[in-house]
Amino acid sequence: MNGEETFTIESFYKFVAERKIMAARCTRCGRLHLPPRPLCDNCYSTSFEWIELSRKGKLVAFTVIHIAPSQFQHMVPYAVGIVQLQNGLRLPGIISGVSTDKLRIGLEVTFDFQACNGKETWPKWPRYCFKPA
Amino acid sequence: MDSFHKEDLFRLNGKPLASIVSAGLSKFGKHEGLYAREIFTLAFKEALDRCPRLDPKRDIKAVFIGHMGESYEHQGHTGSAVADWVGLLGAPATRMEAACASSGAALRSGLYAVLSGLADVVLVGGVEKMTHRGTSEVTEYLAMASDFPFEQWNGITFPGLFAMMATAHMHEYGTTETQMAMIAVKNHHNGSLNPKAQVRKEITVQNVLSSRVIAWPLKLYDCSLITDGASCIVLTRPELASRFTDNPVHIIGSGQASDTVGLYERRSLTSVHSAQTAAKAAYAMAGLGPEDVDVAEVHDCFTIAEIIAYEDLGFCGPGEGGKLIEEGETCLTGRLPVNPSGGLKAKGHPVGATGTAQAYEIYLQLTGQAEARQVKGAVIGLTHNLGGSGATAAVHIYRSATA
Repeated sequence: MNGEETFTIESFYKFVAERKIMAARCTRCGRLHLPPRPLCDNCYSTSFEWIELSRKGKLVAFTVIHIAPSQFQHMVPYAVGIVQLQNGLRLPGIISGVSTDKLRIGLEVTFDFQACNGKETWPKWPRYCFKPA
Repeated sequence: MDSFHKEDLFRLNGKPLASIVSAGLSKFGKHEGLYAREIFTLAFKEALDRCPRLDPKRDIKAVFIGHMGESYEHQGHTGSAVADWVGLLGAPATRMEAACASSGAALRSGLYAVLSGLADVVLVGGVEKMTHRGTSEVTEYLAMASDFPFEQWNGITFPGLFAMMATAHMHEYGTTETQMAMIAVKNHHNGSLNPKAQVRKEITVQNVLSSRVIAWPLKLYDCSLITDGASCIVLTRPELASRFTDNPVHIIGSGQASDTVGLYERRSLTSVHSAQTAAKAAYAMAGLGPEDVDVAEVHDCFTIAEIIAYEDLGFCGPGEGGKLIEEGETCLTGRLPVNPSGGLKAKGHPVGATGTAQAYEIYLQLTGQAEARQVKGAVIGLTHNLGGSGATAAVHIYRSATA
């Protein structure tokens, strides 16, 4: 990334464009933040360091969406889930490349940076998704 | 440093915090051709008719209006608009927004106003006009109350968020789709007895299980309705209540709490921490426990939400919500009737209006005016109002004045 380090959602997505999943660790109290944030909610420090997370995780909840907001309607039905990553951190996302009857809690998944890119004009974020490991 | 918990000063053991002297509710459903502020006048007029001793222009000193979405009518700034349409121009009027808990939060703010002494009598209410929009648009507007950068961005809808809580609950506790369906069946039965409910049709477990999938395991009949409607209550200091009515309902406990907007950031996916926190505060203030509650209106935006509400409110232990509905404990004739109004499921869910619509039902129940759905001898009532997937929760406890 260019210029001064910022610990923001925008910078999280800049790393996603580089196919990295980055969390921030508060250098004062050690709390991990995903997404990164500019002010530690635990100790109010503004000093952080980046931690790259493993791309592997496990499904802790999922659903298959049949009624979607307008911009996702063309994809239905599609699976989404909440994925447990290392250090207790979690992210939600679309799960691609799995038939819905194979979905189950505990399923091992990995990040996929290919399949889910959209055409939104704002924000200009890349979209990660998950696929079975 | 000394800790100072102001709420500890409000351990009232049943003494009233504030009193409801009147309440009103529009019919819930489709109000074609009516703008939100016009629907609100229907609720307000009922509150006036119920309370002839109230002179609104003289008495009402502040207005708090729950209203979630400006997208529906391209209209924000609803506090002043509503104040104008109910003849209260000049009064301080504020729109409260906390997603589907907007008017639960408005009720809490009304309490702040009355207890501070800044306003002796306040109008608290809520309104939403939704049915003129298509399902995709409504889905998108409602999703605005979830986390944008990770949830909305990834196509996760509100039914989707509660569906994920459902799959986690099924996995952890063995809760079944049939148990969830039984919530819908119960609430539709209750709604069939409520002349103001949007849907007054009994359904069966089979109807629910065979209805179209919205976000698996939630099907159409697991989901609350898209509704136009408005609700309001008039709140005052307990010592002034007798000026306005001989039959007030006292608020004896209040709790409100926040949590992360994103479901994925919560410590638990099978319970709603904000609701547990709000309930604990409200019970402590009232000096009561879940076993004392005679009737409750809970936030059944989806059937799984009512099951989790039972657990968060202490009506049963963690994971036992499915069993509680299965055993019929929460039906109208059960040990603890829940959602006698039909709930969000059958009465309808005009999101900004829901919190005070729950208070309206408890007002009717505790003053013996709930007609065919009256819970006999109800003295203690409770409302549980959630915003989003639980980033806001407001819990209030009420006591009949005549008991």
